[in-house]
Amino acid sequence: MTPASYPCPRPTDPGASEYALAFDRGQAVRLLVIPALFDEGHKLRHLCVEVMRRLDGSGIDSFLPDLPGTNESTADLNHLTLADWAAATIAAAHHFRPSHVLAVRGGGLIVPPGLPGWCYGPVKGSSLLRTMLRARVLSAREAGREESGEGLLVEAQEHGIELAGYRLGAGMVQQMQAASPAALAEIEQDVVGGSPLWLRAEPDYAPAQADALAAYLTMAVRA
Amino acid sequence: MPSTTDQQLRKILTDVLGLKPGQADGFAADTGLFGHLPELDSMAVAGLLTEMEDRLDIVIEDDEVDGELLETYGALLAFAEAKREAA
Repeated sequence: MTPASYPCPRPTDPGASEYALAFDRGQAVRLLVIPALFDEGHKLRHLCVEVMRRLDGSGIDSFLPDLPGTNESTADLNHLTLADWAAATIAAAHHFRPSHVLAVRGGGLIVPPGLPGWCYGPVKGSSLLRTMLRARVLSAREAGREESGEGLLVEAQEHGIELAGYRLGAGMVQQMQAASPAALAEIEQDVVGGSPLWLRAEPDYAPAQADALAAYLTMAVRA
Repeated sequence: MPSTTDQQLRKILTDVLGLKPGQADGFAADTGLFGHLPELDSMAVAGLLTEMEDRLDIVIEDDEVDGELLETYGALLAFAEAKREAA
């Protein structure tokens, strides 16, 4: 595994690039992994990297790009929209030349077009937003402030909002609320076994899930 | 025969809390949840409620969620069952 980067232009910096994790041995089968979004991205990153290690052992290259404004990126998330993330995955695809794509959870909302592949645990943008809005309402209530999810959503679509520690612009909220997963083959939890790691209150890792997901993908890319 | 609300709710808590299979079978009506389990922070509770909506096919309003609802397993189950009957 090596750190790599891919050109990912910004309006203010056409020469900008973002980091990616890459297992690149010049194999014929090359998988672009589109990470889960927001806190789910953290909860699923360990699983994604372990799947990539296993695929590497099976002769499959894989690439996990940082989305602008997340992980190592210096871009300001507050100014980004879902469309910018979709543009970033297209830029990553241009650079890494994948043969297949694996989207994880909300990653299914920003899949580059034209690649065969899978989505593990697809979710609507509105559902991700709803959970984050609800967490904010709950923590506000604990602090003695009364907020409503519906009221916050209306306000967020006009002025942006901070949710789960992420400062989201109005455009991001509007596009999330309307976004549906791309038409990729769904990987259900039954295939992976155990319980979904994005639901865990405490981030966790399950080697057996990485084994199962990698085994499934190894067979599926050659089917 | 579809699984009961009780079984589904235990499965959801198993997923959210990362319990071993069968561990949630030991939950009784007075088993403490929110406030007793430090890992159930607001983000985890929000995930729990969204998952309950998806799997139990119910809608939970913000103002229905208070400390009592999440105080014990029994209270959460009674809420979920009432919601499903009303649906």
